[in-house]
Amino acid sequence: MTDTLAAHEGSYLEYEGRHKGILGWVLSTDHKRIGLLYLSAIMVFFFVAMTLGVMMRLEMLTPGETIMKPQTYNSIFTLHGVIMVFLFIIPAIPAVFGNFIMPIQIGAKDVAFPRLNLFSWYLYMTGATLAIISLFTGGGAADTGWTFYVPYSIRSAQNVSFTTLAAFVLGFSTIVTGLNFIVTIHRMRAPGMTWFRMPLFAWGLYATSWIQVLATPVIGITLFLIILERLLGVGVFDPALGGDPILYQHMFWIYSHPAVYIMILPAMGVVSEILPTFARKDIFGYKQIAISSLGIALIGYLVWGHHMFVSGMSDTARIVFSLLTFLVAIPTGVKIFNWVATLYKGSIKFSAPLYYVLAFIFIFSIGGLTGLVLGALATDIHVTDTYFVVAHFHYVMFGGMGIMFFATMHFWFPKMFGKMYNEKIAVIACTIIIVGFNILYFPMFIMGYMGMPRRYYDYLPHLQGWHILSTVGSWILVAGIVFMFGNLLYALLKGPKAARNPWGGTTLEWRVSSPPTVENFDEIPVVTGGPYVHDKPTYIMQPSKELVHENGDKLKGETLKAH
Amino acid sequence: MNPVVEVVDNSFIFIVAISVLLLVGITIAMIYFVFRYSEKNNPKPDQSITGNTTLEVVWTVIPLLLVMAMFFYGYIGFRDIRNIPPDAMVVKVTGRMWVWSFEYENKKKSDTLLYLPVGRNVKFELSSADVVHSFYVPAFRVKEDCVPNRTNYMWFHTSQEGTYDVFCAEYCGMNHSYMLGKVIVITEKEFLEWVRVPDTLKTDTLKTTTTSVVAPMTGEVKADTSKTAGDKKDTIKTNTKDTLLRRENK
Ligand SMILES: [Cu+2]
Ligand SMILES: [Cu+2]
Repeated sequence: MTDTLAAHEGSYLEYEGRHKGILGWVLSTDHKRIGLLYLSAIMVFFFVAMTLGVMMRLEMLTPGETIMKPQTYNSIFTLHGVIMVFLFIIPAIPAVFGNFIMPIQIGAKDVAFPRLNLFSWYLYMTGATLAIISLFTGGGAADTGWTFYVPYSIRSAQNVSFTTLAAFVLGFSTIVTGLNFIVTIHRMRAPGMTWFRMPLFAWGLYATSWIQVLATPVIGITLFLIILERLLGVGVFDPALGGDPILYQHMFWIYSHPAVYIMILPAMGVVSEILPTFARKDIFGYKQIAISSLGIALIGYLVWGHHMFVSGMSDTARIVFSLLTFLVAIPTGVKIFNWVATLYKGSIKFSAPLYYVLAFIFIFSIGGLTGLVLGALATDIHVTDTYFVVAHFHYVMFGGMGIMFFATMHFWFPKMFGKMYNEKIAVIACTIIIVGFNILYFPMFIMGYMGMPRRYYDYLPHLQGWHILSTVGSWILVAGIVFMFGNLLYALLKGPKAARNPWGGTTLEWRVSSPPTVENFDEIPVVTGGPYVHDKPTYIMQPSKELVHENGDKLKGETLKAH
Repeated sequence: MNPVVEVVDNSFIFIVAISVLLLVGITIAMIYFVFRYSEKNNPKPDQSITGNTTLEVVWTVIPLLLVMAMFFYGYIGFRDIRNIPPDAMVVKVTGRMWVWSFEYENKKKSDTLLYLPVGRNVKFELSSADVVHSFYVPAFRVKEDCVPNRTNYMWFHTSQEGTYDVFCAEYCGMNHSYMLGKVIVITEKEFLEWVRVPDTLKTDTLKTTTTSVVAPMTGEVKADTSKTAGDKKDTIKTNTKDTLLRRENK
């Protein structure tokens, strides 16, 4: 009873510090408020990029011109890619939920550098603003594709410099957040939280953060060089000046391949949170899942060349990169098998977040398995740069990270806002999303194998049937997404109050009030066991009191060791 | 039957077959568990299960063997795709925004339409006059990028007479999707007759300066100077022309 009272009074949502109103948000260094700042910006960009995607599909409804000219189409697919990748997929789970949930999960009051955290949000907004400015200045929106391949990106008359500058600044935001998380996870874990007692979401973020810190500078330099090429003609990449376009591709993918793991590892971390929660039992193979995150991060570093199997790279390099690419499939497979095994002999409470995770496992498996077709040399040469690739990465990125973003929203929504949504509607919306998603993207595998190249404004008429199907799928998918967000929005305004622990979760964020207080904890808790133990308590929430009142030997030893 | 097409399709079927098995296995297990171990059917979860070393080894080693088999299959096909038979005739392919040009061994040139004799191995030397393009002939399951200032290569066997689509598969600007062509495989005799006549096509229907466009609705090839050539100036920065000229003067 006292908990609910305290929760209501000290909620981070209602807290008024030095600044009031909107200033209390945009100047707040509270990790939870910063998480919500990110969330609001990211949602705007998600809907913008989704709208662009829908427009692309509309254009593909008929061969020839349907609603736009080729130049417009090229800018739209570029923007769709740039916004989705740099403003949504990369930051979404780490910046929103990493910021909000991770410090609580490890028993900290905030991240290690709260001001740096706010600064990184401003960097993000600066990058986003630059991207928007690029649309209305110079030659208009970039038309290079999100890959900015040279020499086209050097020659295009569109405003490529601004767009790359935007990505450059966004890179800094990612690096700063990554650094902050690494230090937070190293230094701020509650007493007793050893590495192998850390929730798997934190593990996913930890692996991701290292990639962010180590790989992002490479893309920063590369994109900056493009700006220099365009302004000064330095000739690093431009073959007309003795530069090497293949070098550009290497540098681009040295970042951008590991970046797909930046996108997916945090999402995988949330899967490992949701499954044990609703199975009411410990996760299967905790250590294997934790270590496989690091394995993916490590091997994922060494496989960038698989994007360049037809670029003219040496045959030896192609063979080596193909081999390494197949190796990275192993830790991913290990995760999936462990997740499914977690359900075995559980006592499963079917609920909306779990349903989204099941959808994720199905769709992401298709994405991962079709990746094998792209990893094998003989088949990749045929399907690379076709719709097959488009389908594959939408299954992996949207089906993986995107669906998990939805799952994450539904999982932590009651915690973040202290409100509950209608679970039935959430499940119906998810079903619509699954159906729409597959109708939208599956035909692309078929078109790809039939030889439909990607980034094509026009196509040969015999493919029209598949294109129509795909476009209809996009309408269904969007309907599902709008329905889903409508449900959450309604809950935000009118939803019933959420309990402290509505799902029966075992990690620390479920031990604090919904929504959490400004300081998260009255007292830093002491951790006495693994994160997914359901049959006994593994946290001492108020060590000063509980140690006095309880004389349990089991606690004492653990606590002392922890200190 | 074209050997490369066969090996690519077979590797594809091999990988997809294994993938479907894995996907079905995972999905069925998942759905079965959700029903079999639901709150109602299994009110007490078994807390003793936290992992199993044997299983971990099994689902590491078996997938490892499977993906190594896939890698090997892909590698075998790749060897065939890359190893050019010594008797191959050579055609130079140049991509430029947004048209394909071909040059035969006797220096004869053609645009957009690539005539080849049936039953021959053909090696393509690929290059680009401006940005990166990719020469893609889906019917033969091969593509390779055309990169300025370097020569990449690929080959295929013309197993059957017929007309096959050519696409540019690497995004190259506004009319990327109109950078199309046709491989026209004819009899040896027809080909020799055609290739002997110096540059007929060039003067007849297609000029090297003309941008060719495959009419979207019919798939037929026609020359369309007005639309594409005019638009071309808009998208390429003015200095592009200079850079290109500099290159060509070398
Ligand atoms: Cu990659
Ligand atoms: Cu192209």
